[in-house]
Amino acid sequence: MTDTSVTNISGSLRRRLAITLIVGICIFAVLLFFIIRLYAAQIAQQSQDSILSASVTSMLDAAKVRDGQVAMDIPYSSFSMLATPQDDRIFYAIYQDDQLLSGYESLTLPETYNNTGTVFRSIDFMDTPVRQVIASRTLSGLTTPAALIVTVAQTQDNLSVTLRDIAKNAAMIVLGFFLLAVVFSAWASSTTIAPLNRLTQSVTRRGPKDLRPVTRPVPAEMAPLVSSLNHLMQRLDDSLNQSEQFITEAAHRVRTPIATVRSHAEITLQRVDKEENRQALKAMIRATDETSRAAGQLLDHAMISLRASQLNSEPIDLSELIQELVRSLTPVADLKDIEIRLDAAPDVRIHGDSILVQNAVRNLIDNALKYSPTESTINIQVRANPKPSIVINDQGDGFFHDEKDKLTDRFSRGRNSTGTIGSGLGLTIANDVAKAHSGSLRITNNHNGGACVTLSF
Amino acid sequence: MRNLIILVFILLHQPGIAADQKLELLEEKQLFSGSENTKTTLRMLSSTDTDVFAPTIDIFLKDNPSLSIEYLVASSTDIDTLFRQSPGNYDVVISSAMDLQLKLVNDGFAYSIPNIQHPDWAQWRRSLFGFTLEPAGIIFNKEYFENIEIPQSRQQMIRVLREHPELFHGKLATYDVRLSGLGYLFATQDARDSETYWRLMEVFGNLDTRLYCCSGEMIDDLASGKVVIAYNVLTSYAKARLDVFDSIDWILPNDYTNVMMRTAMVSADSKKIKAATAFMRYLTTQAMQTTASDKTPLPPLQSESSDFQNSVIPLDPGLMIFLDQLKRRTFINAWENAVIQ
Repeated sequence: MTDTSVTNISGSLRRRLAITLIVGICIFAVLLFFIIRLYAAQIAQQSQDSILSASVTSMLDAAKVRDGQVAMDIPYSSFSMLATPQDDRIFYAIYQDDQLLSGYESLTLPETYNNTGTVFRSIDFMDTPVRQVIASRTLSGLTTPAALIVTVAQTQDNLSVTLRDIAKNAAMIVLGFFLLAVVFSAWASSTTIAPLNRLTQSVTRRGPKDLRPVTRPVPAEMAPLVSSLNHLMQRLDDSLNQSEQFITEAAHRVRTPIATVRSHAEITLQRVDKEENRQALKAMIRATDETSRAAGQLLDHAMISLRASQLNSEPIDLSELIQELVRSLTPVADLKDIEIRLDAAPDVRIHGDSILVQNAVRNLIDNALKYSPTESTINIQVRANPKPSIVINDQGDGFFHDEKDKLTDRFSRGRNSTGTIGSGLGLTIANDVAKAHSGSLRITNNHNGGACVTLSF
Repeated sequence: MRNLIILVFILLHQPGIAADQKLELLEEKQLFSGSENTKTTLRMLSSTDTDVFAPTIDIFLKDNPSLSIEYLVASSTDIDTLFRQSPGNYDVVISSAMDLQLKLVNDGFAYSIPNIQHPDWAQWRRSLFGFTLEPAGIIFNKEYFENIEIPQSRQQMIRVLREHPELFHGKLATYDVRLSGLGYLFATQDARDSETYWRLMEVFGNLDTRLYCCSGEMIDDLASGKVVIAYNVLTSYAKARLDVFDSIDWILPNDYTNVMMRTAMVSADSKKIKAATAFMRYLTTQAMQTTASDKTPLPPLQSESSDFQNSVIPLDPGLMIFLDQLKRRTFINAWENAVIQ
């Protein structure tokens, strides 16, 4: 809980899904637009063709042979049916075989036209694009049968206006469709991502010691991830348990033999008279003490590291905790004729891990005892304001100013520690515990000499 | 305003314009000037008599003093010939022959005016604009009908003519459709509307009708009593003839009345598009004002007194049918069979 580890983020599933959907829809919409337009153009052209065709048919029907000559009483509707809202221009020509009978001379027939059937084509006439229809009929009653060919052409102004309208409407429809689809894809992508978010929430909400596997149902695609996660948590749980067991075991296994060695050495010291051997034994006892302490502190430190990463949060009464500690340390203090004065405000409560706090304070008092001269006083204050804190003052030599920042590093010892047993872990432990509880450890010197260590939460 | 107008009758065969071989087709030529010094002269080719159109030109030039207008009058068929021959020589073409005008536009001779406001039924391709509504009526000599019932429809006229053949023999008038573009337009529209037309023409033929190329002569002869009934004449022409106002009157046949729009267009080859367009905007705007009839003899599109919008000859490609050679030949044949006996 001390820090959130930095996660390496590359892209977003939700965004990727949404973008993929939108790009797909976009392509589809553009395609749809062109298909609608193409289709509309075909239909519009067909309707123009059919009117042109009707016009030509009505003209052909009006042709009669009278006195060996072609007479045509073209109905008014032949042309008026071609009237459009855009007032399209019309052109026509009437041929008897290859000879122009009436109409626009320059409106020619396609060379491939074989005088049968109805033919449509798009050409330029008088610099304007027109749609031309050509149809014919065989005239009987003349000396030789002849083909009457009628062609009508119409400009495409109305057609293009119609197409423009259709394109505009199609664009609006496609745009509306696209917007709907965008909303839908946003919804779809967030729905798809929802189970992932739910899993994240359920994992985040868990307590520090909750390493149970995730059992709630998840979508099939997430099953391998959840399974791996469960597996990982299981291994983590196992590993944490093993570490804790190992530390407890190690403390026991290490301390006992060292204690045995020490007691043997002390007994032997009683029996040895030769000054030289006594010195050796004393050195041995000292070394044993140092080892014992170092081992203890190392294990404490390991334990603290372990517990700090999954901090237990329980209410602690600081005053009570300190009183108990002082009681247990009074015999040690008495050995050096050091008086421990406790000035504890009642009911100073914090939330945290009592074992860790106890450990930290014990290390601090230990340090004070070690560096205090005999027949001195150690003052311990427990304050509630401004923050719950414990202040320990001794009458030793204090710290060197330039070392204060380094002292909380692991295995770092002050220059004045020569001759004092220590591992250099005491302040580190206290500092780690303070940090784990979002507190701080402040090291200062009193102006009248002696060190002042403040542990606040 | 009149004092600003410089009337110039120019002899038609002057050097400089003699190069145009067809200019003898022009009947009148007159120059109107907005002021003493004008830069731009619009050449207008029109079938409307100068004195009828002059008030319209006057109002326009009052607002545009930098322009002058050369007003050339010819018959509607001659206008078609002249204009097709040299479209760059004229800026504005005004004609009563809607069919010929529409065909000119269809054949690409007209300039399409952008952003011009005019009702759809009175324009074609924003190029051809109708600016008058003029019904074709039956004009008669008032004195002659003092004792005879005035016919109100074609059927009644047929009856009256058949009852008094001796009174009307040689005293009827109508257009020679072979010569008059407007006469041809009315005749073809009549033939479209009803079979009565052919019966009427047969009666006219039997009574040895006189045929005229132009409305002016018809009205002159009506006033003098040479003829007593003129069929299919624009009543607006009669109205404009104040000199004979006392002696003639007219009716609009109640079976059906053909209403013609005088139409105007700007030549696509005009070199004075801006001025020509300004004139067209003025012409179309004025045509939509009911008060315009107070200022000019030409009846505007919007009128308080009469509503001809429903019987107006539609401006659509159907008009071109009767201009087809085969169709024209067929129609003229039928007409000749009926009228010339």
